[in-house]
Amino acid sequence: MVQPLNYFKETPSQTAGPYVHIGLAPAYAGFDIFENNFSNVVAGPNTKGERIKVKGRVIDGTGAPVRDVMLESWQANSEGKYNHPEDSQDKAVEDDFLGWGRICSDFESGVYTIDTIKPGSVPGRNGAIQAPHISLWIVARGINIGLQTRVYFSDEASANAKDPVLNFVEQADRRKTLIAERSEENGEVIYTFDIHLQGEQETVFFDV
Amino acid sequence: MTIERPNRPAMVRKPGEYFQRDRDIHPPAFTPGYKTSVTRSPQKALLSLEQSLSEMTGPVFNHNALGELDHDMILNYAKDGEPIGQRIIVHGRVMDESGKGIPHTLVEAWQANAGGRYRHKKDTYLAPIDPNFGGCGRCLTDEDGYYFFRTIKPGPYPWRNYINSWRPAHIHLSIFGPSFSQRLITQMYFEGDPLIDICPIVKTIPDEDAIKRLIAPMDLNASVPLDCRAYKFDIVLRGRRSTLFENRLEGN
Repeated sequence: MVQPLNYFKETPSQTAGPYVHIGLAPAYAGFDIFENNFSNVVAGPNTKGERIKVKGRVIDGTGAPVRDVMLESWQANSEGKYNHPEDSQDKAVEDDFLGWGRICSDFESGVYTIDTIKPGSVPGRNGAIQAPHISLWIVARGINIGLQTRVYFSDEASANAKDPVLNFVEQADRRKTLIAERSEENGEVIYTFDIHLQGEQETVFFDV
Repeated sequence: MTIERPNRPAMVRKPGEYFQRDRDIHPPAFTPGYKTSVTRSPQKALLSLEQSLSEMTGPVFNHNALGELDHDMILNYAKDGEPIGQRIIVHGRVMDESGKGIPHTLVEAWQANAGGRYRHKKDTYLAPIDPNFGGCGRCLTDEDGYYFFRTIKPGPYPWRNYINSWRPAHIHLSIFGPSFSQRLITQMYFEGDPLIDICPIVKTIPDEDAIKRLIAPMDLNASVPLDCRAYKFDIVLRGRRSTLFENRLEGN
């Protein structure tokens, strides 16, 4: 016999189901209950940086958009600092920048939109630098455990080329599933980022 | 006399990466018994990443984000009376895999009403909406990781998986923890419900013990006499390594 290790086991995941909006975005489910609602607006008016929208659809194995998906985004500010006590970089975080957003796709079109600022580069492991990116967590009916991926930016080609995570994707062709395409529409900067759950264009998902 | 020592920083102990997730206790993506997963499950292997600052940080919420009644589903949508159904308390601790309570973290809950109907525009089940029940709540854990909600016991309801599929009574729970890599959504079931064993969504979990950890026992000691029964549901998020390393400035 040896001493027991006495670790607890993680609570298993279960799907967020079709009614995830009622709990996590009730205003979107069609009713008014909380005074404060979380939203897809990640940066307040005092947050510095380039205003951008990340837009796209989550697409299932038949090619149809997933119209009941919910995403959460997590990112650093324009200087590459996370609003978190363990980010010890000597940089400031704006008081209206949490860095986190909760996003529901449109029930009809399936399009999701993150209203944010473009993040800066952030430190990687062992002194490496990571290209600007937004982390995403995706849940929906039919998804048994939240999917994690990252959004990189098409106009950061040289930073992307050196990014340790992008370079870790063995099949170079699959790296493009992580890169959002920049465009401008009516003076707004839009990055288009479709997420493919299955198929030839399947997005790279991470076990973090 | 001076003792010669190598000119290197001392070893220190600091919280490090989160434990690798044990995928054997979680449902895999592709679970054909739960039909909707078939076209929504990635088919390629997940790419395992060593954690960086991006994974080890996550949103921190404070009390300002929450309203006074957010945790009380009996009162937080009451209009002209209280909701119909069995009054219950759901309570427990949010801890990590080392058993350490996780303080001040956000726990969100949503559920059907006593008749098994959600207040959601996409739910068309014939059980009536309860005018006094919203079915969503949220709270922050206290400094020890303890949380509680007051609510109405949800009813089971039919769903279109097979023609005669019924979900066991359940409450959906969403939990954060200090790191985005701990983010979790799960469902809590109630002790004694015969629908648990035959539910295609419960059965996506491949491990019997893991399923048992989703079933809350009745907790008479936490009940309020003559008012409200209680169910206990502890939640475990990923634990964290202590790393021993040389105390020099580095990004992670």
